[in-house]
Amino acid sequence: MAQNGTSVSIQDLSLSFGAVSVLHTLNLDVAEGEFIVLLGPSGCGKSTLLNCIAGLLDISEGRILIKGKNVTWEEPKDRGIGMVFQSYALYPQMTVEKNLSFGLRVAGLPKDEIAKRIARAAEILQIEPLLQRKPAALSGGQRQRVAIGRALVRDVDVFLFDEPLSNLDAKLRSELRVEIKLLHRKLENTMIYVTHDQIEAMTLADRIAVMKGGVIQQLDAPQTIYNRPVNRFVAGFLGSPAMNFLDGRLEQDKGAWHFVVEDVRIPLATYAFEKEPVPGPAVFGMRPEHVAFNSGAGWPFTATANVEVVEPMGSDTLVWLKLGKQNFTVRVTSERTPKNADAVSIGFDPMRASLFDAQTGNRL
Amino acid sequence: MTAGQITATQPVPEAPEQAAQPFGPKPRRISPGRIGLYVFLVVAALFFLIPVYIMIVTSLKGMPEIRLGHLFNLPGEPTFQPWVDAWLHACTGRDCNGLSPGFYNSVKITLPSVVISIICASINGYALTFWPYKGANLLFGLLVFGAFVPYQVVIYPLIIGLSSVGLFASLPGIIIVHTIFGMPILTLLFRNFYAAIPVELFKAARVDGAGFWRIFFYIMLPMSVPITVVAVILQVTGIWNDFLFGVVFAGRPNWPMTVQLNNIVNTTTGVREYNVNMAATILTAAVPLIIYFVSGRWFVRGIAAGAVKG
Repeated sequence: MAQNGTSVSIQDLSLSFGAVSVLHTLNLDVAEGEFIVLLGPSGCGKSTLLNCIAGLLDISEGRILIKGKNVTWEEPKDRGIGMVFQSYALYPQMTVEKNLSFGLRVAGLPKDEIAKRIARAAEILQIEPLLQRKPAALSGGQRQRVAIGRALVRDVDVFLFDEPLSNLDAKLRSELRVEIKLLHRKLENTMIYVTHDQIEAMTLADRIAVMKGGVIQQLDAPQTIYNRPVNRFVAGFLGSPAMNFLDGRLEQDKGAWHFVVEDVRIPLATYAFEKEPVPGPAVFGMRPEHVAFNSGAGWPFTATANVEVVEPMGSDTLVWLKLGKQNFTVRVTSERTPKNADAVSIGFDPMRASLFDAQTGNRL
Repeated sequence: MTAGQITATQPVPEAPEQAAQPFGPKPRRISPGRIGLYVFLVVAALFFLIPVYIMIVTSLKGMPEIRLGHLFNLPGEPTFQPWVDAWLHACTGRDCNGLSPGFYNSVKITLPSVVISIICASINGYALTFWPYKGANLLFGLLVFGAFVPYQVVIYPLIIGLSSVGLFASLPGIIIVHTIFGMPILTLLFRNFYAAIPVELFKAARVDGAGFWRIFFYIMLPMSVPITVVAVILQVTGIWNDFLFGVVFAGRPNWPMTVQLNNIVNTTTGVREYNVNMAATILTAAVPLIIYFVSGRWFVRGIAAGAVKG
């Protein structure tokens, strides 16, 4: 069933705990060497899915193939996976070296082979000076490195990461993020990475699977997900500051489509509709960074408004306005920060907008 | 009061108010409540210490001195003869071998009972926490319920059961009884301890390919030192101090120290030797006391570790 080049294939996977259904007939194919990020809010089933792939949870229905081999009933150790956990999960009574070698000793590998693999992992992760220390004597970043090393020495095809950076402070997180990316480039393993942090998802992933309620909402390259979200949930979940949503109506005026919010009419000539539009209620989404600020005419849509609130964020500033009596935010470079109650002009191209059905939330 | 008067009193001098404001460390005051508390604590301590004092003092006196009746006096001519007598020569019925056989019996009962019950309970707790099987919660509920069953209720059925397999009034019999009765509280203790360990540790070991026993021996057991110390203290104290099971299930040749002590104190041939009785009592109580003083620090730590979650 698995074609060439498919590393992990999840087919019609369902999981329920008693009456509670966590995953619903989920399908996902991960290519060899691909970096997939499972992204979603707490309780969306992303960690559960990862545990199913690892074999730590028994599934209710469906099957899982790794490298073309059906591993649905296999033990975790026989699946060719290595896993890194949020809480590091290092064995507290063992030194770093013993932590790394535990799985290999269980597997009964010869001593020189174990030593060779540990030396390689320690070199890649730069933890050689730490090998004789206990986990308690390591910092958070070092612990997570050792945890990655434990997956590394197993010499597996697939790496599973369960929110590996969530316990670290912001600075370390961004450092290790880059290291994981470099590691992926060096090893070219398949990696499946669970996170609720959209920055991690955007920076690391070849493809992102945005999950909600046990269902994959959208599976696509980060830029596609960012620019063309398939529904309102995905649009709102990705992006910080969040996308602007205006509730209004779609109207046709002499053959040209417009989005109407109270007295504001946005022409949609440049918007690429997914399907033939019909007049009726809809939601108009526009990212704050796609709005031009005080840049004169020349935009398909322009408006003037008074500044309500200014939120300086250091690198740039978020300006809150009212558009058709609804909140609308614009991202401005910090040098151009306006004052409260200033009258400003904004402009944007509806080409960069996202229109959603008011009822289903699906992209129009 | 008019508006004018209010404005007149309004200006408050700035400086004195500043001086009265709290600044620096909070001053320590001894309140009457505190004094009362300490008085109560001292009285309570004396209440328990005075009998201990009398025991020690009496055990070091000769019989003539005791007959004088000065209970609180320090011994005029301290002698250790009562201790030697208690250990080697005191009579229980017709035998006059002192407490020492009882001591060795107690060791023979306590050691295996403690070891076996802790091994079983730690495996129980580990399995209940990390390998939940169908009915695991029911089993755990039953075990905990067992902690509330009064011992006296089950003595007769246990006698029938043990004698039917020929273990009544024997060393293995009493060890089995102690192991069974230690199980509820010890399992509860270990289960709560393991429940506080992050489950990811267990998952990581599974991914590393370790099975039930390897995870238990290589990962869980090395982490269980504090709770094991607690379990050892609980069990040693409980089993050493036990009288009821010992007198019923051990059989005459295996009677533990507590039973021997009772017999020594209750055997009256002529004069009642208070000094020997006191010495024998202290000797019997010594083992749990020493265990507690040596490992009390661990005890508190382990109890706290288990109490965080569960």
